[in-house]
Amino acid sequence: MDIKLENVTKIYGIQKAVDNLSFEVKTGEILGFLGPNGAGKTTTMKAISCYLDLNHGEIKVGDMSVTKNPEKVKRHIGYLPENNPLYIDMTIIDYLRFVAQLQGIPAPMVNNRIYEMIQVCGLKGEKHKKIRELSKGYKQRVGLAQALIHDPEVLILDEPTTGLDPNQIVEIRELIKKIGKEKTVILSSHILAEVEATCDRILIINKGKIVADGTSEELRKQAQGEEILKIEILGGDRNEIYRSLQALDTVRLVDFSDQEENIFEVESKKGMQSAKNIFNLCAERNWYIGQLTPVETKLEDVFREVTSN
Amino acid sequence: MKSVWIITKRELNSFFDSLMAYILIVVFLGFSGFFTWIQGSDVFFINQATLQSFFSIAYWTLFFFIPALTMRSIAEEKKTGTIEMILTKPISERQFVFGKFLAILLLIVVALALTLPYYITLAGLGKVDHSAILFGYLGLLLMSAAYISIGIFTSCLTNNQIVAFLLALCIGVFFHILFDVFSYGIPGFLSKAFHYLSMSTHFESISRGVLDSKDLIYFLSIIALGLGSSELFLSKKD
Repeated sequence: MDIKLENVTKIYGIQKAVDNLSFEVKTGEILGFLGPNGAGKTTTMKAISCYLDLNHGEIKVGDMSVTKNPEKVKRHIGYLPENNPLYIDMTIIDYLRFVAQLQGIPAPMVNNRIYEMIQVCGLKGEKHKKIRELSKGYKQRVGLAQALIHDPEVLILDEPTTGLDPNQIVEIRELIKKIGKEKTVILSSHILAEVEATCDRILIINKGKIVADGTSEELRKQAQGEEILKIEILGGDRNEIYRSLQALDTVRLVDFSDQEENIFEVESKKGMQSAKNIFNLCAERNWYIGQLTPVETKLEDVFREVTSN
Repeated sequence: MKSVWIITKRELNSFFDSLMAYILIVVFLGFSGFFTWIQGSDVFFINQATLQSFFSIAYWTLFFFIPALTMRSIAEEKKTGTIEMILTKPISERQFVFGKFLAILLLIVVALALTLPYYITLAGLGKVDHSAILFGYLGLLLMSAAYISIGIFTSCLTNNQIVAFLLALCIGVFFHILFDVFSYGIPGFLSKAFHYLSMSTHFESISRGVLDSKDLIYFLSIIALGLGSSELFLSKKD
């Protein structure tokens, strides 16, 4: 089931939380939603989950409109809200049964689904405990279980891995990846590595607007532009090496990356590669290469670049 | 309708899981029992086989108890955020509000049902006017329903239970006392209007054993207004 946002705008007071936002998510796609605090991630996710009146624009889940047909849309959405609200005085089993019934799962199926969710989310040992007695990580699993219990076609997860330990994070990521193959998933996170590891596509928003959209590869390339090499050349005077490097015709710019050692950052001209030239140069002058690494733009850099102003 | 019952069931469970329900029932029975049988203008004092004294005690105890029951219904869900979880499930605001309403009403029904021994005892003591007692209970139920809908509405307005309680009591005081007082103090057309708005007018009329459509319309419109505005308030999502 595809999700389609068209010119969605939400205004709080005089501030536009979401500003004319349009994007589309296809079935089988896991979309990572990034952005600094207050960028409008949660607002957008609430809007898709029918928990927000829009000032402008339209959201469609499948071919149903969120504003006109919320009851129908809600059946197809599994939503994990930001702070994972739960009825803490219920036991896990009772709570999941309550949600399953609300979701309209036929009575004979309810127990099966609960059992399955308990297996999938690793709640077996805790199932008769009251939710208030659980640690944060387990509560998060219960939140995930209630979002998944009716096997929804669309999953909206607002920061699904907060409060989990590294092992659990990996488990949950795997789970999301597995589920995401047949479903449409939108997840927000402030852990960039997580988004990179889980998501097929990344959407960065800032001040309610899309500032970057693409796979993590695409985003990196976009921000990086030209090839940058970090290179250490030994066996000669550093100033001379610097001048020789700068004189190569594929090189646009050379920088000392270290004050003491012979380490340089070499940026190639547009569309060119310098490694071969540098190697030849060294062979000619009897220098040798200590290290050579291509500098990759990290997602962090991309994020910082597009969200700072 | 099924969704309503799911909400009601959960709500009732949480009443009986916490001490709330038991405290309410014990205190309610204690109060009404004490003043019906032992103290004040009790059954033996007026020396008639009537539950009139019980109804007038219950009329006041319920007035104070109901806001205490309704105050957390929605305010707490707003505070903990569970309302977001509920309202993103396939359930309408109307079903949600109605489910809450029904749960509290059922709790009152249980509390009132436990006073049936009063009636049985009384029937053993003298000749009882059965229809008057039946209508007395009906009056209490209708009044409770009206106050529950008001309480649920005030609980929608805030995420603070105490504020919800006090607001419900404030609105309740108008229906319970002030409109009645106004109707004596203000002459002319307004006097009639206030007389009609007063809860006691309709409660007394019903508990005399007459079911007038005028009274029924009064109670039903308060209930509809309270639940309707709650629904309206919840469906505005910002």
